[in-house]
Amino acid sequence: MSQDYILESRNLIKEFKGFTAVDDVNLKIKRGTIHALIGPNGAGKTTVFNLLTKFLTPTKGQLLFNGKDITKEDSASIARLGVVRSFQISAVFPHLTVVENVRIALQRKRNDSFFFWRSEKKLDELNDRALELLDSVGLRDFASARAVDLPYGRKRSLEIATTLALDPELLLLDEPTQGMGHEDVSVVSELIKEVGKNRTILMVEHNLNVVADLSDTITVLQRGAILTEGDYQTVSADPRVREAYMGVEADQPVNDESQPENNNNVTGAAV
Amino acid sequence: MKNKKLNLAIFGLALLAPFALYPVFLMKVLCFALFACAFNLLLGFAGLLSFGHAIFLGTGAYVTGYLMLTYSITPEIGIVAGVIVSALVGLVYGKLAVKREGIYFAMVTLALAQLMFFFYLQAPFTGGEDGLQGVPRGALFGLIDLTDNMVMYYFVLAIFVIGFLLIYRTVHSPFGQVLKAIRENEPRAISLGYKVNQYKLLAFVLSAALAGLAGSTKALVFQLASLNDVHWFMSGEVVLMTLLGGMGTIWGPVLGAVTIVGLQNFLASGPLANYIHVVMGVVFILCVLAFRNGLVGELQRLVKKNF
Repeated sequence: MSQDYILESRNLIKEFKGFTAVDDVNLKIKRGTIHALIGPNGAGKTTVFNLLTKFLTPTKGQLLFNGKDITKEDSASIARLGVVRSFQISAVFPHLTVVENVRIALQRKRNDSFFFWRSEKKLDELNDRALELLDSVGLRDFASARAVDLPYGRKRSLEIATTLALDPELLLLDEPTQGMGHEDVSVVSELIKEVGKNRTILMVEHNLNVVADLSDTITVLQRGAILTEGDYQTVSADPRVREAYMGVEADQPVNDESQPENNNNVTGAAV
Repeated sequence: MKNKKLNLAIFGLALLAPFALYPVFLMKVLCFALFACAFNLLLGFAGLLSFGHAIFLGTGAYVTGYLMLTYSITPEIGIVAGVIVSALVGLVYGKLAVKREGIYFAMVTLALAQLMFFFYLQAPFTGGEDGLQGVPRGALFGLIDLTDNMVMYYFVLAIFVIGFLLIYRTVHSPFGQVLKAIRENEPRAISLGYKVNQYKLLAFVLSAALAGLAGSTKALVFQLASLNDVHWFMSGEVVLMTLLGGMGTIWGPVLGAVTIVGLQNFLASGPLANYIHVVMGVVFILCVLAFRNGLVGELQRLVKKNF
């Protein structure tokens, strides 16, 4: 059964000074699927993300990657195994150029990252591959711009290109379309769909249109615990989800993307 | 290097300088410039603020001073020994410090430096309050007598150039790229699979070794290793030099060292001799308030704007 699931959490618990942010979460990510994690603000989505990548240490519970226990590994080691995450705020290296951003990721698999006596010109060998990756996210023309000068949507594209450079088995995307205009949202969601064809993706996402469009499986979190799980039809038909996630009466429509931001009845523990 | 002509011009000036200016003053400038460059490698390119860097300068000075006084070794061996011991101290201190971030990193380095200061104050081989005096300069490779200040100057210049080029290469190396990435966005570097503490540690050790190189050389220049070199005043001074010149720039710390050492020398013989620290304080405040990018940083901005 561990063959079917790329990542598994067992009885995952995270407590912050008596407050349980993540409460007994058993998450199973099926290989080759796009899995979405949704829930109202403060439901613990980002905390779960941080636990899965060991940016936070679980209070209790176990993490399995390809059936292997990774609970004790540190963040960098988990990334090396092939679980690469993005961040809520766009994670680029602002004062490096766009192509250098991607190169940093490509460089990791070489053995010269500690070579302080070697010229950085050696890294130009990576440029072809880096440009190829930039091409795949439509950033080739921006290769020599500094990342900080890119518009927001393109920063997210750069972030995805950088992540793809590691050729990860599992991508964890934390709100990939957050704060984007309409056009950028469709660009990025197309990109995710494309990337998801031969990879597994777990994403936290607020935009329910994107979630409905992309996800094979949806897990709904509420107050740190799993409320329900299933495909979009199942989940959106669940009256508890409407109640908890939308904070609205059960007969109101679900696919309204502006709603979740207004729901603050759960105190925030998101990191 | 971007501006080859400028670099060559500066090097030419350094070659001719001792004919116009007092060589000992110039050697002092070079030692502090190297010290500031080493510090800048850590602060400007790895984003780590060490508040105890004098300890590496002083360790280099004491080790070289002690060995030169006690055994009849040649100066290059004395310097190599000073660099190695500084690097080892850097390795131990770095291991303890890189686990902390931001202000806590600074506090750990300060605390460790204070610890070492009191050790040097008490240890039998440092001469306590008197320091190690009359350190012989010896003969380079047993051949070139360094007693003459002009000869010594070119030796110090050679050491500075080697140190400077090593720093330049480190900044522009595969390692330097990762270091910059960590400075820019540490969580992202971790999420790409980099074990960032190992990179920080290597930067720390390199910086400590180069600071030790500056200290060893300084001990030979002044034929003296004293508590001044390990005092936290010195740790503060190198921060000032780097900030004033422009941290994260290649030439900034050099210009900062020239300015500070020049100013100190100039004031020492004038009516403000007793107020040097006040003047330095004012310079520091001006620097922080008016030009945060430092002299070189502001210059680069002007050039970018107008050309």
